Amino acid sequence: MLMTKDDIFGKVSEVLEEALGCDEDEITPGASLVADLDAESIDFLDIVFRLEKTFGTTEKPFKIDQGELFPENVMDNAEWVQDGKFTDAGMDMLRERMPHVDFSVFDADREVVRVGDLITVQSLVEFVSRKLEG
Amino acid sequence: MRWMWIDRIVEHEPGERLVAIKNTSLAEEHLHDHLPPSGDRPAMPLMPGSLIIEGMAQTAGILVGAVNDFQEKVILAKIAKAEFDYDVLPGMTLRYTATIDRIDTAGAVTKGTIEARTNDPGEGGDAWQPLGRINLMFSHIDQNMAGLEFPEENFVFGDNFMAIWGASGLVKGPGA
Repeated sequence: MLMTKDDIFGKVSEVLEEALGCDEDEITPGASLVADLDAESIDFLDIVFRLEKTFGTTEKPFKIDQGELFPENVMDNAEWVQDGKFTDAGMDMLRERMPHVDFSVFDADREVVRVGDLITVQSLVEFVSRKLEG
Repeated sequence: MRWMWIDRIVEHEPGERLVAIKNTSLAEEHLHDHLPPSGDRPAMPLMPGSLIIEGMAQTAGILVGAVNDFQEKVILAKIAKAEFDYDVLPGMTLRYTATIDRIDTAGAVTKGTIEARTNDPGEGGDAWQPLGRINLMFSHIDQNMAGLEFPEENFVFGDNFMAIWGASGLVKGPGA
């Protein structure tokens, strides 16, 4: 069964309502999980678990590997991060590893402390959509 | 006071399910403060909901920890649901049943039910009655807090837990 982006958005919204205890009307495509929906680091593990359960079936499991939604251990790499900002190489790495994310706004300041803002509701929908398409 | 909120493990299906019991008693100091007499109202000793949750966290935490022979530091990360139908009074016995919903290298999700036996003399006092439902999420912290180092020693599963684990007689493992 092919799911439309609207179907995926609906299911992602349900996952976020349960994992973050937020209201349906707070969940807009542009809402950042960290900045707008108050997600903490442990919530991402919860969200990953719930996405796997929601979109996986016995025939076709939906397994999200650690670091797949958001790359790990990037901050300590001097090639990617200098003076608290992502370098050109760092941005290339992020784009390659996070094709589900829209970097158009982030690219202007590239500050590491704001990297959490990159994960929006829409980026989760994109992530799930790309994975379901295989 | 030792931070032990279950008394005994009574059933264990490794990787699936663990059942523990907890007897409440007026010998527990905290029940005299929760709630103390106030004005004309006499004391109302009730087991705090937070400690009922802790009992489930210990039950489910042992179930999750046993999967990896207690090598992982299993930390309660999130209370996804906690519902209680009525108060727990001194003299009642609680039975916690935890099951694993999922587990992987990063952590685990558990579901739990609590039943209570009032131990009241007369009809029904010795029957288990549904009391509540508690769903939890645990993190294997060494796998998740990238860059942060924790003591090598497993401070989660210390001597107290291993004593309960061993005393259950159900398992072979550390402390058994």
